[in-house]
Amino acid sequence: MSTTAALPKPLGLLAELTHRCPLGCPYCSNPIALDPRASELDTETWAQVFAEATALGVLQVHLSGGEPAARRDLVAITAAAHGVGLYTNLITSAVGVTAATLRRLAEAGLDHVQISIQDSERAAADHIAGYEGAFARKRALAAEVVGLKIPLTVNAVMHRANIDRIEEMVALALALGASRVEIAHVQYYGWAVKNRAALMPSAAQVARAAALVEELRARHHGRIVIDAVVPDYYARLPKPCVGGWGRRSLNVTPAGKVLPCHAAESIPGLEFWSVREHSLADIWTNSPAFNAFRGTAWMQEPCRTCPRREIDFGGCRCQAFALTGDARATDPVCHLSPRHEDVAALAAVQEDAPYVYRRL
Amino acid sequence: MNGTNAAIAMDARPRLPRGVRLVHNEAQGGWLLLAPERVFKADAIAAEVVKRCTGEATFAAIVDDLAKSYSAPRERVLADVTALLRGLADKRLLEL
Repeated sequence: MSTTAALPKPLGLLAELTHRCPLGCPYCSNPIALDPRASELDTETWAQVFAEATALGVLQVHLSGGEPAARRDLVAITAAAHGVGLYTNLITSAVGVTAATLRRLAEAGLDHVQISIQDSERAAADHIAGYEGAFARKRALAAEVVGLKIPLTVNAVMHRANIDRIEEMVALALALGASRVEIAHVQYYGWAVKNRAALMPSAAQVARAAALVEELRARHHGRIVIDAVVPDYYARLPKPCVGGWGRRSLNVTPAGKVLPCHAAESIPGLEFWSVREHSLADIWTNSPAFNAFRGTAWMQEPCRTCPRREIDFGGCRCQAFALTGDARATDPVCHLSPRHEDVAALAAVQEDAPYVYRRL
Repeated sequence: MNGTNAAIAMDARPRLPRGVRLVHNEAQGGWLLLAPERVFKADAIAAEVVKRCTGEATFAAIVDDLAKSYSAPRERVLADVTALLRGLADKRLLEL
């Protein structure tokens, strides 16, 4: 960890422009303690972050939130990222992105748009988002994106209420003209923990979904890319979260803190540095949070001697902490974890209860 | 399905769709294909092929040019480039 030469260079930067968001999704992935509007980085600071990111080797920037369109300077921010040569990706709920804004974003150099869609049916989608009219706006923005010839990804977060409609979600993505669809299962770190039982799919649902995804990939081969992973609580092997801690990407919060992953603030005791006080290169190389779980030296057994230790890096640190209270533990999703049975026990708790919506 | 080896029309004009870019980056150690939320490393040969996919040159011209540039048998180049471009098209990284 001592020399810069030994460090990999990050490929991607997740820019959380704001935590403000009109939707109330029960699985919101923003932290429990949100950055207030007054603390948000200004346009010039974001431009400086993008310039430093490019110098560090970053190629893609994901403009996210919250809802990034809640920022009035979204076009200027996008232009700044494009101006230093970054591939720009807008990750949006579609609510608040008008057709006029989208045209200006396209002119500013926007390369790609990802729209979240909560379900294939209007009423169900608006119910999950906690926002009447969201589904209609998402469909309209998708058409506007495709009309401007910008490539479109549909992000479909799946859980017990909608996992049986994966086929319809993929059909919707195709009908909207998306070239890629992400079948993303809810991850239980922050707000989603409050709704875990109401969101947890059954084992039978997950098995059907996995088989269906394989069939849909074959059926739509060459027309749409379907990215999907097994939901954590039903997996046997942990996912290499963010491609390994401090290896592939970094995340800048609305207030300027730089995190190895978007949920990293859920681990107590980590010291994050801010772009207000340090350069991105300094943070990537030297900040305590980035070095906390880099490489393999921090690992305990069974990870330390595991042949997969540099494939999955012990799994997700945030999940290890959330489920065991020890951020250095093996992610209990792994079948080798002594706590693996806890995951099955949690997954068995399922209840069709009303959602606790996230309201700002 | 089964598209990887299917022939490509000689008059096709392959090109990168909007949202896919070939870039050279020292920090990342060479050529990369940037795509929606994905990054693919490209070796030097793949980069030479993709560079020629401008939407102007025909597939036949690209194969001819590569065969000449690398003094390689045209048949071999045709097979390799077909496989490469089909693979990219299947991933929605190329328009044929």
